[in-house]
Amino acid sequence: MIVSAGQNTICVEAAKARCRKFRRRILEVTKLVQALHIGGAYSCVEIVDTIYFALMRRESDGRSPDTFLLSKGHGCMIQYAVLEELGILPRSELDQFCKGGGILGVHPDYQNPGIEASTGALGHGLAMAVGMAYAEKAKGRDGIVYCVLSDGEAQEGSVWEATLMASSLGLGNLVVFMDNNDFQSLERTSKSHPSFYPVVEKFRAFGWESHEVPGHDSRAIYEAVVSRGGNRPLMVVCRTVKGKGVSYMENVAMWHYRSPSSAEYELAMTELADPS
Amino acid sequence: MRNRFAETLYQCALENPEIYVVVADISPAGSMAKFREQHPSRFLNVGVAEQTMIGICAGLSLKGCQPFAYTIANFSLYRPFEMVRNDLCYQNLPVTVVGMGAGVVYSTLGSTHHTQEDVAVASAIPNLRVLSPCDPLETNEATRYCAFQKEGPVYLRLGKTGEPNLTEGALEPFSFGRIRRIRAGRDTAILGYGPILRMGAAIAERLERERGESVSLVSVHTIKPLDKAGIAAIIGSHRRVVVIEENVPHGGLGSRVKEIAWDMKARADVQCFSLRDEFIHYYGEHEELLRLHGLDEARIYAAITGSP
Repeated sequence: MIVSAGQNTICVEAAKARCRKFRRRILEVTKLVQALHIGGAYSCVEIVDTIYFALMRRESDGRSPDTFLLSKGHGCMIQYAVLEELGILPRSELDQFCKGGGILGVHPDYQNPGIEASTGALGHGLAMAVGMAYAEKAKGRDGIVYCVLSDGEAQEGSVWEATLMASSLGLGNLVVFMDNNDFQSLERTSKSHPSFYPVVEKFRAFGWESHEVPGHDSRAIYEAVVSRGGNRPLMVVCRTVKGKGVSYMENVAMWHYRSPSSAEYELAMTELADPS
Repeated sequence: MRNRFAETLYQCALENPEIYVVVADISPAGSMAKFREQHPSRFLNVGVAEQTMIGICAGLSLKGCQPFAYTIANFSLYRPFEMVRNDLCYQNLPVTVVGMGAGVVYSTLGSTHHTQEDVAVASAIPNLRVLSPCDPLETNEATRYCAFQKEGPVYLRLGKTGEPNLTEGALEPFSFGRIRRIRAGRDTAILGYGPILRMGAAIAERLERERGESVSLVSVHTIKPLDKAGIAAIIGSHRRVVVIEENVPHGGLGSRVKEIAWDMKARADVQCFSLRDEFIHYYGEHEELLRLHGLDEARIYAAITGSP
C-alpha cells in the first residue's frame, strides 16, 4: 500500500521489511561489543526509518535540504543502520563499532558521515534543532529540521526552555518526535514521573501542534507529519515499546544497555526474520 | 568596554551577514539596540534561558551562521556549562560566548553574579579559546577577530563600562594568540589581562618614577592558546616578572607563567597577584572588593619592591 501526501510517499510493506533488516543489523553489531543501547534503538526504528525514507527530501546527489538530529543520542544504532543502508556510512565502519581505529561509538559524533550533531548527554538536541530551524527560516530556505527525543529526556529543564522558544519563534519547520517508550535507565517513566502525562496537552499548552500516534506504525507517523498545519512546531508523541521486535526484550528494563548471549541472539534473529 | 564591543559587532555585522546575536534577557542598549533594529532577524532574545541560548547558537553555527551568545559572564559560562562544553567545544563550532562584566566587577550584586574563576573554568575545556582584552581599544580588535574567525569557539571576557584605554600608542599591535607589549623595558615585566591591567600600568609608572626602573607592560589578551614562547622570552629578559589577574589563584595566568619559568629554569623572580580563593560578602565599590581580595596597587607595589 502506498500513502501519498504531497512531498513524498510511504510504502508500508517496504518500511516493515527495512525495519526488520535494521533490527537484524543492530543485532549483528551486538556481537562485537559487551553492551549497546539496543532497547532504546529498537523503540525508535520506525520513527527514524520514516524520517529518512519518507519525510526527508533527497536531491539527485543524495544530499537533503532537510536535517535530522537524534537528540536521544544513545539510540544511534538505528541511525547508523539507516545511514549504512543509504550508502552514507560505509559498512566497514559499523563493523568497527566501538573498536579502536573505528569512528563509531555509543553516541553520535558530529562530522561522522551523516551525523549532524554530537549528542548523547540528554537535553541538548532540541535547542540545537531550534537554532538550525531558525537559521533555515532566517536565510529564507525551506529546510525542515527533524529531531527525535526520548521521553525520559523531557525531565531535563533545557528541553522545556527550547520548547517554549520554538513555539515563540513560530518554527513551523521544526518536526520533533518523542520516543515515548515509558522506560528510562532505572525504571518506567510513568512510575517515576506520573505527572508527565498526558504529554500531548503539555506541548499544546506550550504553543505546539501535537499528536499522539502508535510509534511502530510507519503510516501513522508519516501522516501525523504530512497533515500538520505547518505554522507551529510539531511534536509527534510516539507510543513505543522498548526493545520492540524481540519478544524477550520488549518492556524489559535490562535491555536498555546489553548484548544478547548466543542463544538469545539466535532466538532474536528468528523472530526478526522476513516472513517466508 | 561593552559599548565598544557592541559598536564593533554592529560594524562587523554590516560586513559579515552571518553574524547573529543571541542574548539572554539582557538589555540591548546602545549599539546592541542598533544591531537589533538593523538586523531584526539576526537578533534573538531567548529570555532567561541560557542553556537554550548556547544550544541555539550551536544550531545556528551548524547551519553556517557566526553567532555570538551574549549575557553577563556567570550566565553565559556557568549556567549552561555543559552546553558550552558539548555543543560548542566538542563540536568545535566558531561561536563566541561573550562573558560581560567578568571577574568581580558587579561588586554590589554579590558572588552569585561574579566570575572569579571563569578563566580557570573556560581554559579547562578543550578547543575553547579564551580572550580577555584589557581596554576598549583592544576589545575592538578582539571582537573583530571573533566576528570573522572560523577556527572554533571563543570565550570573550569583557568588563563593563568606563575602562580607560591602555593600549593607545602600544608598542605592538593586537594579534590573536600572541602576547602584546604595550611598552617595553628591561628590569620588571608586568603581565595581565582584562581591565585589571590598569593596575599594572599604574604600578609600572610608579616603578619608573620612584625607582628608575625600566618596565615592560604586557597584555596577555589571549589566555588560551597561551603564547608560551612569548612569555618565555619575557621571563628570560627581565629580572622580575609580575602577574596581576582578576581570577582565582589557580588555573589562570599566574600559575602558567610559573610553569613556564620552572620549565626554563628561569632566574627571574616571579610574583603573582590574584583574587583569593574565597567568596567575599562585600557589597560596594569594585576597587574596594578587589582590595579585600588583596588586589590593590599599594600592596602589590610594596610586595614586589620589598618596601614596607
